[in-house]
Amino acid sequence: MFVSFNWLKKYVELGDITPEALADKITKTGIEVEGIEYIAEKSTNVVVGYVEECEKHPNADKLNLCQVNVGEDSLQIICGAPNIAKGQKVAVAKPGAVLPGNFKIKKAKLRGVESNGMICSLQELGIEEKYVPKDIADGIFVFPTDAEVGADALSLLNLDDAILELGLTPNRSDALSMLGVAYEVAAILDVPVQLPDETVEMIDEKATDKVKVTVDAPELNPYYGAFVVKDIKVGPSPLWMRNFLIAAGIRPINNVVDITNYVLLEYGQPLHAFDYDDFGSDEIVVRRAKENEMMVTLDDQERTLSSEHLVITNGEAPTALAGVMGGANAEVSVETTTVLLEAAYFDPKTVRIASKAHGLRSESSTRFEKGVDPNRVKRAGLRACQLLSLYAGGKVLSGAAEFDQLDKSEKEVTIETNQINARLGTAISDTDIATILRKLDFGFDQDGETFTVHVPTRRQDISIFEDMLEEVARIYGYDLLPYTLPQGAAQAGGLTKPQTIKREVKKYFESAGLMEAITYSLTTRERAMMLTSPEVKAETVTPVHLAMPMSEEHSTLRLSILPEMLASLSYNIARKQVNVGYYEVGSVFLSKQAQVTEQPKEKLRASVAITGEWLNHPWQQEKKQVDFYLAKGILEGLLDRLDFEATYKELVIDDMHPGRTAQVIVNNIPVGFIGQVHPRLQKAFDLKDTYVFDIDLDYLIEAHIDEPSFTKIPRFPTVSRDIALVVDENVAAGEIQTTIEEAAGSLLKQVNVFDLYQGEHLEAGKKSLAFNLLYLDPERTLTDEEVENSYQAILSAVKEAHQAELRG
Amino acid sequence: MRKFSYYQEYEEGFFMKERLQALKEEALVKVEEASTLEALQQVRVSYLGKKGPITEVLRGMGKLSAEERPVIGDLANKVREAIASQLDEKKAALEAKALDEKLLTEKIDVTLPGRPVQVGGPHLLTSIVEEIEDLFIGMGFEVREGPEVETDYYNFEALNLPKDHPARDMQDSFYITEELLLRTHTSPVQARTMLEYKGNKPVKMICPGKVYRRDTDDATHSHQFTQVEGLYVDKDVRMSDLKGVLNQFAKQFFGEEREIRLRPSFFPFTEPSVEMDISCKVCHGEGCSVCKGTGWIEILGGGMVHPDVLELAGYDPKIYSGFAFGMGPERIAMLKYGVDDIRHFYTNDVRFLKQYHKA
Repeated sequence: MFVSFNWLKKYVELGDITPEALADKITKTGIEVEGIEYIAEKSTNVVVGYVEECEKHPNADKLNLCQVNVGEDSLQIICGAPNIAKGQKVAVAKPGAVLPGNFKIKKAKLRGVESNGMICSLQELGIEEKYVPKDIADGIFVFPTDAEVGADALSLLNLDDAILELGLTPNRSDALSMLGVAYEVAAILDVPVQLPDETVEMIDEKATDKVKVTVDAPELNPYYGAFVVKDIKVGPSPLWMRNFLIAAGIRPINNVVDITNYVLLEYGQPLHAFDYDDFGSDEIVVRRAKENEMMVTLDDQERTLSSEHLVITNGEAPTALAGVMGGANAEVSVETTTVLLEAAYFDPKTVRIASKAHGLRSESSTRFEKGVDPNRVKRAGLRACQLLSLYAGGKVLSGAAEFDQLDKSEKEVTIETNQINARLGTAISDTDIATILRKLDFGFDQDGETFTVHVPTRRQDISIFEDMLEEVARIYGYDLLPYTLPQGAAQAGGLTKPQTIKREVKKYFESAGLMEAITYSLTTRERAMMLTSPEVKAETVTPVHLAMPMSEEHSTLRLSILPEMLASLSYNIARKQVNVGYYEVGSVFLSKQAQVTEQPKEKLRASVAITGEWLNHPWQQEKKQVDFYLAKGILEGLLDRLDFEATYKELVIDDMHPGRTAQVIVNNIPVGFIGQVHPRLQKAFDLKDTYVFDIDLDYLIEAHIDEPSFTKIPRFPTVSRDIALVVDENVAAGEIQTTIEEAAGSLLKQVNVFDLYQGEHLEAGKKSLAFNLLYLDPERTLTDEEVENSYQAILSAVKEAHQAELRG
Repeated sequence: MRKFSYYQEYEEGFFMKERLQALKEEALVKVEEASTLEALQQVRVSYLGKKGPITEVLRGMGKLSAEERPVIGDLANKVREAIASQLDEKKAALEAKALDEKLLTEKIDVTLPGRPVQVGGPHLLTSIVEEIEDLFIGMGFEVREGPEVETDYYNFEALNLPKDHPARDMQDSFYITEELLLRTHTSPVQARTMLEYKGNKPVKMICPGKVYRRDTDDATHSHQFTQVEGLYVDKDVRMSDLKGVLNQFAKQFFGEEREIRLRPSFFPFTEPSVEMDISCKVCHGEGCSVCKGTGWIEILGGGMVHPDVLELAGYDPKIYSGFAFGMGPERIAMLKYGVDDIRHFYTNDVRFLKQYHKA
């Protein structure tokens, strides 16, 4: 809502407060002033001039040579506007004047003839093109004939005004009117509100003789008033009205339209003017639209209606979509002589549904949607009739054709001083509360510390104690509330175990050299399917799609963090940041329903992606590219930190390198995968070799044993033995290790691969793997025999399972 | 004979003493002269070895009288010890010298750069969220989390936002079905927690998390962002408590010198509602370009929990009251660190991420 400072002065005595100071007070009291704009802040020296002579420029077809009386002086000015004419009163920027944009007016010669100033258009004076009346959009502005020659044109055009831009929260629809803002300002400044006079001179002829009103859906339209004004002469509205409309951000059109807009802004009550003669009947019938009923609105769009919509009809065809937009059939035009003026109360929800369905948000619908003041509906109609008679030559028929079942009563809310203080933590007195209510201009009955407040109907947002609590608090001043700390019993705050583990996991990744990434949960349909871990896939039928995405890019909930993480790598590589290691901990969204109706299962995953060099130490010629085993080392470290042992099984899935991918298994449960991104996908993302893993963190947190119990530090020495085996090159080290562990017996505590060899000293297709075996009995010293027995058992087991031979 | 023999004895004894003294002096000179460990070892072998002159002298002890034997024996041992001690001393000196010489050859250029160690770090948003969490944990709050895909009921209706409520426009949402949507705030976690606590014990919680709104991504809007909301419900909770708690938070998080200011506002789930500003870091409330001349910067919204919200969650608003607040870590990061584009938080540009890895 744009509030003109000058217009506001018509209703409240502002004294010498500046727009800035007022804005600050309004903001602190509850309505945020988002900005103050001075229409023509920097302009000076523009006066009303009378065009005494106007002839063609001797040397230019499109220019005119004018003699303009500016009061004390008569100036010769050259003007190129097509609408300049002798006898006009115009805005003249005299030599020395400054116009918006720091444009300085100087004496000049144009095609050999001297020009001493400039005749201005509204745009040149700083008014935005969209607010300039269409008929003078290409020309200069012409004042009404009564403008005083030599007077300050800026002030006559209201260009010395300051516009306060209010950022209104949805509850404060009362401030969608100048009167509502006036009440707010009056409460803040503790001054009275001057209401406009609505007295109308009416002729004997009655409105009810010309029109009849029937409302078929009173629940949606509890009040409908129709006024009739005849002998209208459509023309420009008065300058002051046009000025205020422009200040409020509405383009002046003609007196009839301008008056309905002016009253809309003044009272917050939307009005609609029909051309009586085009209305099609002398009967107004308000009813629900029929299913698929058609109508053409003012903007020449054909609209399909439904029974949720309310229409104004002439008994047959719709002439307006109630509260949203008029019909094209009864639109006011320059030929209109009799106006049928509608002042009505429409159900907010119904207007909202219609304006949403048709994408029509207007100044009118916005106000109806939030609920207009029931006590201002008819008064606004009368005010408009008054203005039509004053500024459009209209004769107002007496009375109105009305349907009225509107509840205009005031709500009562009871508040008690101690209740207020208990909730605010204050010590406000009864007298203070009475004063606050008086400032707000709320009626009340006081009985000691109990106040029964009669909430004015303009404040539709107030209905319960808490609403009044806020009113009292904001007028009292939030600044004056004390600072206290809760007096309830102290509680120990803290993180839950899973939250603590989550933080530990993040810290581990960071200590392992990874940077935390945060990517979007919404991705493309295609990416949502990429790089999904087998156990995720098993829990999913299809990714969860948004019903109405804003773009394909963010249309689908992720099943894996990795695709967007690869996109982030790609983003960095495009910016020459080629060595990157990321981790992210976040949710993926699993649904087993083809048509989602239930909340998807949200699983916390931990994902890692690394690419480029991991180590580069140039002067010592040390350089290491990331590889599978780096990724695996990071994963093993994580699992070790959480006290898990994992096994790894070769895995072939889409989007991953078929020979360099493993499934990760913990407690015999698949919990994720690790490997190299498929070169095809790497190429699609413009990536060099990239290694990733993706792990079910929810499972790890859930399965994590809280407190590791104490294990005695062994007093006896370990015995170390090495075993080197030659096997077929396709046998996985992990499989041999498993065989060793199973065969060795309980004394074997650790097996570690320490050598892998393939080459000239071995038969083709064979490899040698060397393991270090660590034996320990925590209770005594081991004998050679025990170790030897285990060693022999291992040897025969690997021979049998993997055709392994001891390397000679 | 006796005399002769005495003489003989005397002669032998005298001779051996002289010899030992001479050997000692000779050996000490040799030790002194030895300049390498090898030469020193030679000296040790030649004087103290089994075939050395001292051993030789001792072999002649048989000729000595019973009185003289221990005297000479004692002397011989002293000479040995003196030589050995001198040898050890010299050896230590030579070894130290040799080590010094060796170390000199091992000299490296200490100004060359070290071998880089990969160091990671948290995302700026995580740092901020955890800092906020820790501050509120210190004030006795617990941290609660909830689903990102919510039901319309928990996201809106339980928070006093029935269908067709005009305030739903404030946060256009991503719907999946008519009943499911991506949560537009973390407030549903508050509703869920209150229901879990069954209306009979205090609730003191914060809920951080990701939220989603129908916004086109640009420098100041993001369809995904982060929120931290707080809720305290108990008997006799006052609006001044909200002011006190927020003030404590603001001072700890932004600095002791910062002031707060509450302004009335509107949220469907609180009444009265507030917006909180903090005094501008740059101008301290005087007004400058950072705060757009107001002296204040908007940080968060909050208010007293609306009685309908309490009631829907099973808390009797006649007995219980509470306050709630919510803030955006992105906005806070942008204000605290001057980050100029909200998209930086989600592009994961490593040059951005690394800036906030310092402790």
